[in-house]
Order: sequence, then C-alpha cells, then structure tokens
Amino acid sequence: MKGMTALLLALLAIPAQAAERYPADPLGSPMWVAHARTLFGDDPVRFDARVKVEFPLVAEDQRAFPVAIDARGIAGVRRILLFADLNPIPVAIDYRPVNAAPYIATRIKLDQRTPVRGAVQLASGEWLVSGGWIDAAGGGCSTPPVSRVKGDWADHLGEIRGRAWPLADGARLRLGFRHPMDTGLVANIATYHLESLTVKDAQGGVLAEMEIWASVAEDPAITLLPFARAGERLAIEGRDTNGRLYAAQVDVAKQSAMPVAP
Amino acid sequence: MILSRRTLLAGLAAAPVVARAAPDYGISPLAVADGIWMVRGADAPIEPANGGAIANIAIIDTPAGTVLCDCGPSLRYGLALKAAAEALTAKPVVRVYITHLHPDHGLGLAAFDPAIAAALPGTISALQAQGQGFSDAMYRILGDWMRGTDILLPRVALSGGEEDLGGRKIRLLPLAGHSGADLALVDERTGLMIAGDLVFHDRAPSTPTADLAAWRTSLDRLKAQPHGALLPGHGPLDPGGTAAIDQTRDWIDWLEDSLTNAVRAGLDMVEAGQLPIPDRFSAMAAARYELQRSVSHLYPGLEAQLLPRIDTND
Repeated sequence: MKGMTALLLALLAIPAQAAERYPADPLGSPMWVAHARTLFGDDPVRFDARVKVEFPLVAEDQRAFPVAIDARGIAGVRRILLFADLNPIPVAIDYRPVNAAPYIATRIKLDQRTPVRGAVQLASGEWLVSGGWIDAAGGGCSTPPVSRVKGDWADHLGEIRGRAWPLADGARLRLGFRHPMDTGLVANIATYHLESLTVKDAQGGVLAEMEIWASVAEDPAITLLPFARAGERLAIEGRDTNGRLYAAQVDVAKQSAMPVAP
Repeated sequence: MILSRRTLLAGLAAAPVVARAAPDYGISPLAVADGIWMVRGADAPIEPANGGAIANIAIIDTPAGTVLCDCGPSLRYGLALKAAAEALTAKPVVRVYITHLHPDHGLGLAAFDPAIAAALPGTISALQAQGQGFSDAMYRILGDWMRGTDILLPRVALSGGEEDLGGRKIRLLPLAGHSGADLALVDERTGLMIAGDLVFHDRAPSTPTADLAAWRTSLDRLKAQPHGALLPGHGPLDPGGTAAIDQTRDWIDWLEDSLTNAVRAGLDMVEAGQLPIPDRFSAMAAARYELQRSVSHLYPGLEAQLLPRIDTND
C-alpha cells in the first residue's frame, strides 16, 4: 500500500513540475496547463477577476453560446483571447483592440461542458485570465450548421448586417455575417470559416483586428467598441479560409437609439 | 485505521443498495373542480432535483374512465401518475391528451397504450420530427429518471369540437403559438379550462418553439371562450380564469418589446440576457432563466430583421 502511494505521488509530481510555471487553475480544468503552454508559453500568467467573462446561466443552444469579454477595467490591453478548454477547436477569437476599448462579444460553439475563458495580454507581455464553467449538451462543433441542413448557405454568403452607435468615448459596432463556419468535424464538409476581420477608420487606420476560428458560431455576430466619433464612417474588411473577401461600410449614428448601459 | 482491500470492497458492495434505489416522483393530486385533480409541477427548470416533473397534469374522472391531460416527462412518471389517477377514480385511464410536443408534458406516454393517446396532428408530426432530439436532451439532463422512456406517438388525431366521455364532454380548442400546435381543453361540466403551455402562471413562459404573434391570437381566443377557473401548463391554478392569461400576454409583450429595443440599441445577447426584469414580474418563478433562454431563441431572428445590410461586396 505504502509503496503504491509513493509511486502515485511520483507520477503526480511529473505534471506538477511542468505546471509550476503557471498558477493553479481555479476552475480545475484538465486542459489548463496544456492550453497555457500553447497560448502563453513563457509569458507571465495570472488569474484576474477584472477580466470579466460574461455569459448566460444556461447554454440553451450549444451551437450559439453568447460570451462577452470586458477588460475595460484594465489599462494597456493589447490582445484578447477567447477560448473554451474542452472544445476541439479551443480558441475562437484572437483579438487586437488596436484603437478600441478592450471588449468583445460574440457567440461560440460548445462541444461539451467546458471552461470558457478570456485572456488579455498587456504591453508587458503578461497575461490576465478569467472565466467559468458552463454545462452544455454535446455536439456544438460536430453537428452540421443550420444553413447546410437547409441548403441555403451559399445564397446568403457574404451578407453582412450591422450598425454603429456613438458612446461617450468611442462607438459600439455590432456586426452580423452570414457564414456556415464549418468546423471540418462534420462528415464530408471541409473546414470553411471566416478567418480574419479588420475594422478601419475613414483614413484607413486600423481600429480593431482579429483572427477567427470555426468555434465561432455559424453566422458570426460580433460586438466591438472602436474609438470612432459620431458620424464617422467605418470600413469592415474580412477574409475566409477559401480566400473570399468581405467588405462593408457603416456610419456611426449621430445619436443613440436609446441610452446604452454598458 | 488500515482498511484492507477486501473490507473496502465489502463496504462498497453494501453501500450502493441505498444509493442505487431509483428516486420516485411524489404524485400528489389536488382537487380543483368536481371530479378534476391537478398534479402540480415544480416551478423550476428541468433538473435532476425534480426529475423533469415541472408541468402541471390534470386528472378527470369521467363515466367512460379516467382522462389525463398531459402525462409528465418519463416512463417512471407516467407509471406513477397512472397508479395515482386510477386509485383516485377507481377507473382505468381511457384517454391521454397530449397538449403539445414538449417533453415535460408528453414523454410519460411511454407508460400508456398510444391507442388511447390523442393530440393535434401538428403535435403528432412535430413529435415524429423533433421527439428524439427532445428525448436526448432529457436523458442528458435527467439521467436515470428517464430510464426506459421511449417516444410513443399519439394515435388519435384531434381536430377540435368536443369529445363525449360517457356523458362528460370535453371541448377541444386547437390553437398555436407556444408551439406549432397547442391543444387547450374546457370541461363542460365545471367550466375548468386546461390551457396547456399557452398559459403560464407566476412562472415565466418558455419560448423554444414560440411564434409570439400566433401566441397572442391564441390568448385572445382563450379569453373569449366561456370558462371558469384555469389550470395553466405551469404555475398555480388561476381561480378567476383570466389573470393568468393576462400575465402570460404581459410577459410575451414585454419580452418582444425589450428584445426589439435591445437589438435597436446594439446590445449583445449576453447584455440582453441581463436586462432588468420589471417589478410586476417579481413573483414569477424562473424569470431570469427563461429570459436568457428566450434571448437565445429570438435574438438572431430579430437582428436579421432589424439590422440593415451594410456589405459592399460585388
């Protein structure tokens, strides 16, 4: 019995050594260290509740689960990662709020019960991480998109809807794309998704840019807070994994439809 | 103390006898009218603590035999309900009405002969198309509570009118809105209206298959039907028969207005799910839960309708 315990402790010690670079995961995820190694490497990492990762109490639809990452309480955020530990495609979005408030909201797929996290990187290279567990029915990444089942995805590909509202400091931009966002995990449907998105001001200056993966829900919906003024024209440019280009323009409204709380 | 492997195994073998005993549904029928009882569902989400028994069930004593309106979430529930109902009336169950396709109302049919089960044609076809998906979700959430529950389809298709059960007449109202086909019933003798999930009472309405415009039309028709007390799909009996209809309408009107305004103001789905719920709904169970579910059901459609096209492709 004692010998066995010693052996077990010895076995446990191996991952413990590899893990000591990263703080212990408050969510107890089996994938924390593996993801931390891949995503953060040698950069310093700590858990910080000021990274607000907000989502509903229940995953009503595992194919479209709303998540918002709000790091406006932290100065100097350069990059925001949205990832779900136990998804087969863990990272959904890698966002650089170049000239925008550190906030992003979107909808992602959930393939099973998983931690959903936001990680923000500061100019120093340090990563601040937060998140929570969400229970979900299986298969968000491995069931065919609705538009594939209906068969009308190609009729609407490239449609972009959106509006921009002025805020006290900047603007709120809401974008909705029609795209099947195929994960490659559904039989006979190859990976096909929106892979990059850039928001520019009227002079061509980059306000926001991101990489996107297929764990973002079908028909991606994205909210950003670029530093743009009322009346200013925003240009949206995107590309998918087939090289198809997407373009849209939206003027920031002169006034809000109603006061927006956030 | 040092426990040997053998002691541990013996201990483990003894313990699970209690742990493995299947949990039971407590079926406690309440008399609500002459010869009619209500089995109250929990005013909560479907969760292991309640075994999915969240819908109200009606038991009607007729000269032809016992009639059930809805039959709960599982085989185990259906069996317990059958035993409780037949003990009350001392007559066999001769008719099971299924008000609509949702699993908390109809999966208990596994305990009955589908030849006595009756539903609207739209409910039967929806069960055929979507029953498996709903059943899978119930097994995932409820586990052992669902053991042995198969999907059976009602064999009797109803088109309205009334059924005469040995002299006790039940008026059938084919409606829609909470789902594609919603059956409401009125007992002619007592005037009791059994509204299915078209009416919720002090429990927030759910919208996974809702058409809000059709739902409003159905609520108008329910209100216009002569009736007495109202037995809602979820929540307590409404003795006056109209307050629960008005409350359901108030909620779905508020829901649609709030989500429409939220899309117009540029809120994300997460933010829309955090909108303040007015004080007048403070007595409503599961309000925040159902609001967030409704955001998931309704928001993408509202955005597609309300946000303008901005693409400059081609």
